[in-house]
Amino acid sequence: MIEISKLIKKADNKLILRGIDLKIGKGETVAILGPNGAGKSTLLKVLATLIKPTSGLVKINGLELRNNQMKIKKLQGYLPHSSLLYEHYSPLENLVFFGNLYGIKNAEEKAVELVKEVGLSFFLNEPVKNFSRGMIQRIAIARAIIHEPPLLLLDEPHTGLDQGAISILNNVILSMKAKGTTTLMVTHDFKQAADICDRIVIIKNGKVADDFRMEEKALDTVSEKYQLQVEGVS
Amino acid sequence: MIRSALLIAKKDLYSELKTKQVLATMIIFAGLVILVFSFAFDPANNTTKAVIPGVIWVIIVFSGILGLNRSFISEQRNDTMQGLMIAPMDASSIFLGKFLANFSMMLVVELVSLPFLFLLFDFQMYGGFGYLILVLMIGSFGFISIGTFLAALAANSKSSEMLLPLLLFPVTSPILIGAVQATKIILTNIEKLSSAMAWIQLISAYDVIFFVLCFILIENVLEV
Ligand SMILES: Nc1ncnc2c1ncn2[C@@H]1O[C@H](COP(=O)(O)OP(=O)(O)O)[C@@H](O)[C@H]1O
Ligand SMILES: [Mg+2]
Repeated sequence: MIEISKLIKKADNKLILRGIDLKIGKGETVAILGPNGAGKSTLLKVLATLIKPTSGLVKINGLELRNNQMKIKKLQGYLPHSSLLYEHYSPLENLVFFGNLYGIKNAEEKAVELVKEVGLSFFLNEPVKNFSRGMIQRIAIARAIIHEPPLLLLDEPHTGLDQGAISILNNVILSMKAKGTTTLMVTHDFKQAADICDRIVIIKNGKVADDFRMEEKALDTVSEKYQLQVEGVS
Repeated sequence: MIRSALLIAKKDLYSELKTKQVLATMIIFAGLVILVFSFAFDPANNTTKAVIPGVIWVIIVFSGILGLNRSFISEQRNDTMQGLMIAPMDASSIFLGKFLANFSMMLVVELVSLPFLFLLFDFQMYGGFGYLILVLMIGSFGFISIGTFLAALAANSKSSEMLLPLLLFPVTSPILIGAVQATKIILTNIEKLSSAMAWIQLISAYDVIFFVLCFILIENVLEV
């Protein structure tokens, strides 16, 4: 699904990504861990076509990133730190607008269904500006998946969510996974990473420091390896 | 591409319909300009007719800038600009959509304020009404299309509110000079229509060239 080789991103003469090599298969759910400033968000932005890599090759679904932007954009659902929602609009209006941009049929039906799925049916027509952080995040997730993308890029999706919202989000990710969706999720929440991901990639200083498969939701293994790579032996 | 552009324009206009912030500011500004000019130049006096073409374009330029400034700044909250950029459409669709929204708002302001201006100054049109509309349309078209492009460019800067007029005036001055001249001829000296037409042709050519340029170059401006 995703092939990244020798990906380098420079900004202001500073190397943010220094040669990332990564292959992710279809249907995998991958957690990306790493300290602040490691370049995790930058990596997702490159994949989401928001910023251009300085050098290196990125292929998504066999399509080269540079020359197939339009096709690749259709394949992706991207959820960055910010919600990408219009504040004066209700969840319904936001989702219908983005659904239409992606050219999906019956956008309105789909929007209502998604709002229900994230448990905010009651607020369907309230403007988003009155929402709490967690509610906004849930609508933002709905926005990212409205066109049922085969590839999900999530940047710290669990931040600011309460327990109920976390389990709603996990269910959404898992049900997308059941449909064969590939997910790349940046997170600082080891527990969620261990719970729903089947592979962990640790990024440090713009490089892949570790990359291993998860077995049996082993939370201990994750924290152990993370500490070894990030905090441990220098 | 047209479809995405229309969606964006509709989104902007609908959002404006809800908040009414930008349009209200533009119209209040236009009203103030008209009032101040009516204090400065006695509407009863015949010589003041000469200032009307100037007043018209002062209204268009300054209230236009108020609207243009908001056009891309409004996409910064919650990074909604990123939402547009990751959607499957060309950057030129975003330009076209924004242009359509800005142009419609400009037309609404003209539609509200210019009749008010003519009423207050008790101005009689002697024919040439169609030509006046034509000049207003092509002048606003050029001004707003270049303005939309430069607003996108300026939005990335911290002092965009100041940057936009600084960039906009030099680039649009041929349009503005031509439009003021043509308006003046049409309103006060309709016999010289042929020279007004020459100005109109100049503006039209300028419009087409710059619209196409903006359309092509917008991709390089909208990068994060
Ligand atoms: N546009 C930019 N220009 C310069 N430096 C940047 C830019 N974007 C990010 N950085 C730097 O790149 C590093 C990685 O950022 P980021 O990918 O956001 O890290 P994180 O892993 O915490 O998500 C940070 O040190 C940040 O300061
Ligand atoms: Mg980050």
